Amino acid sequence: MPNKKKIIATTSLAGCFGCHMSFLDIDERILDLIELVEFNKSPINDIKKFTKHCDIGIIEGGCCNDENVHVLKEFRKNCDILISLGECAIMGGLPALRNGIPLSECLEEAYLNGPTVKDANPRKIIPNDPDIPKILNKVYPCHEIVKIDYFLPGCPPRADLIWNALYALVVGNEMLIPYEVLKYD
Amino acid sequence: MGNTINAIIKKYNGDETRLMDILLDVQTELGFINDWTVEQISKSLDIPQVEILQTLSFYHFFHREPRGKYTIYLNDSVVSNFYGKEEIKKVFEEELGIKTGQVTPDGLIGLFETACIGMSDQEPAALINEHPFPSLTPDKVKNIVKLMKEKKSIEDIKGNKYGEGNNSHYLMRSLVNNNIREKGAVIFSDYTPGEAVKKIVKELSSTDVIEELKKSYLRGRGGAGFPTGLKWEIARKAKGDIKYIFCNADEGEPGTFKDRVILTELPKLVFEGMIIAGYAVGAKYGILYLRNEYRYMKNYLEHVLQEMREEGLLGSFINGKKGFDFDIRIQCGAGAYVCGEESALIESAEGKRGEPRDRPPFPVESGYLNKPTVVNNVETFCTAVKIILNGAEWYNKMGTKESKGTKVLSISGDCERPGIYELEWGFSVNDILKKAGAKTQDVLAVQVGGPSGNCISEKEFNRILAYEDLSTGGSLIIISKKRDLIKDVVLNFQHFFKEESCGSCVPCRTLTVIYEKIIKKIVDGKGTKSDIDNLLSWAAFMKNNRCGLGQTAANPTISTIKNFRQLYEEKVKGNIELFNPDFDENSAIKDYMEVVNKK
Repeated sequence: MPNKKKIIATTSLAGCFGCHMSFLDIDERILDLIELVEFNKSPINDIKKFTKHCDIGIIEGGCCNDENVHVLKEFRKNCDILISLGECAIMGGLPALRNGIPLSECLEEAYLNGPTVKDANPRKIIPNDPDIPKILNKVYPCHEIVKIDYFLPGCPPRADLIWNALYALVVGNEMLIPYEVLKYD
Repeated sequence: MGNTINAIIKKYNGDETRLMDILLDVQTELGFINDWTVEQISKSLDIPQVEILQTLSFYHFFHREPRGKYTIYLNDSVVSNFYGKEEIKKVFEEELGIKTGQVTPDGLIGLFETACIGMSDQEPAALINEHPFPSLTPDKVKNIVKLMKEKKSIEDIKGNKYGEGNNSHYLMRSLVNNNIREKGAVIFSDYTPGEAVKKIVKELSSTDVIEELKKSYLRGRGGAGFPTGLKWEIARKAKGDIKYIFCNADEGEPGTFKDRVILTELPKLVFEGMIIAGYAVGAKYGILYLRNEYRYMKNYLEHVLQEMREEGLLGSFINGKKGFDFDIRIQCGAGAYVCGEESALIESAEGKRGEPRDRPPFPVESGYLNKPTVVNNVETFCTAVKIILNGAEWYNKMGTKESKGTKVLSISGDCERPGIYELEWGFSVNDILKKAGAKTQDVLAVQVGGPSGNCISEKEFNRILAYEDLSTGGSLIIISKKRDLIKDVVLNFQHFFKEESCGSCVPCRTLTVIYEKIIKKIVDGKGTKSDIDNLLSWAAFMKNNRCGLGQTAANPTISTIKNFRQLYEEKVKGNIELFNPDFDENSAIKDYMEVVNKK
């Protein structure tokens, strides 16, 4: 091959993996994709750490805890281009529904007062082990923490949209955005 | 209390379109409007509570909990801040022992902030129980608080140093000064009330009046500049047995106060203009929509209307002419800038939320109560009277090619002589700076036409104020080099637009919040270069908003980036683009650490 393959990394932060599932919905085109790109850190191949600098980083989900922030910053350091993929990465999505409620109330409801926990947590513990991620005061969209270069909307974004965008980026064409891939009803 | 409410509703014949007046009167009587009151009004008017709640929640002078026997609204406008509002606020807070937004524990005094109250020539100013207290000083504030604590009447607190002219009229007794610095040949020239009405009754048919106005090329003085004669002609030809004439005195553009002075000194000129419009259009009803901040003039203006009725200028058979009937009522607003937009103003006068309507149909075809309605600015009506008296030819001798006659300007900010200037169109910004006593070398910027207008730099001070060059509704705020333009002006204006957006269109509702947030970020030294580019590129979305407010709500940012980009770049210099400097992980996990450490 004359051109070096582009290297892609992906991650899911405060998301549901639905965007990654939608990514896999490109179906047999994944065979074309693998001719064009190589995957580095990603849940798709289970590579846990960056082993080289990447061209494109795809982020699903916003940031709800400090670990999300660290991963996102690591992606920013290791990738030339970052893409916010889907509603949660772009706007916080469903997890951001808690943003209107003080964090203390959320945690108390989840661990102390909720009907499924109130008798199951006699020592009234809100998890605080130093090894578990620390929850942020609110859920942040990715671009409020690092610079994001492209945004692909949808919940999840359609496979065609993801494919068109990646293909355009990798081969350097203008992206095709027919109406069907950006309508949400 | 139920009797009070019923009496008020009876006064307005149980008419739900008069909900604004009903709520204003109820609040004046009861101090605030709680759920119980809403329920009573809903029962009496036989409309759902939610209809009352949506109007009630829209206007910032309506409130659902007590705001004190004395309610202070301190003006948070740009010019008020220039003149020491923060210090005044501090003295109020110290003397009262409360923070802004609170009421003293005994329920006596409440302290709040509000957007520009139309006193930019005598800041810092506040409204106390709807009475303006201009030119506040720390000593004055201490005295005011002392008198309030002694439960003195508002008249006693005001004292007797009333402003000049009609400000000291016994029905107004206001501390406001007119500050008329220069009188021109149109608005502030000699005037005998009733002459124009006499003239049309004797000499001119309704089409003659419209023809004369068309010949004069008079354009609306609110800012948009629509030809007045044409507007009246369309309304005249519009189908409908009942038509309305509205005078827009919802002068909410920060830095503008000309209508305040015109209504104080020349109310009959304004009303006579409305009568002439009624004659030309075939309307029998006129409504003066008076912003709540000018409600202190209401009794005085009602008195003037009564005088005009007694003089035969209002009512039936005006000047003895059969079929020439016209009367005017005053509609007060309750604090909403967007009501200066004509269709929002009409909605508000119908007792609803002041949300602009989709257009077409335009108000001239379907306006108040879906009848053809002419809405004109205070100054436009005044000008029309003088054109009828002196003729279009006289009028056309003044001004420039596309801007005939004069313009009344509200000049404020960093200058020696803030106030009202009536000038022939065709003056440059430099001329104004000289007249107002501002040294060009000290001036950083001039905000032309309020926040929705343009913020220009020295390079453009030679531009000519006229519809064909630098168009304006008449407000100029002079900003000196000692100000931090982005912090002192842009941030304040973006906050203003966020507060005043009616929330109907998505770009306006969301981007006004984001604009304020990003400007704050830049002011805090945490902005990046891409923030500046984003602010510029988002402006395109704002053009999709329905009304003028939404379409211009990013103007404070856009025009200052265009004309003062270096000021923005200095504030973002050195900030790394890839990692948002505004995100601080330690403060983001602070809440969590507090929760887990507490246990």
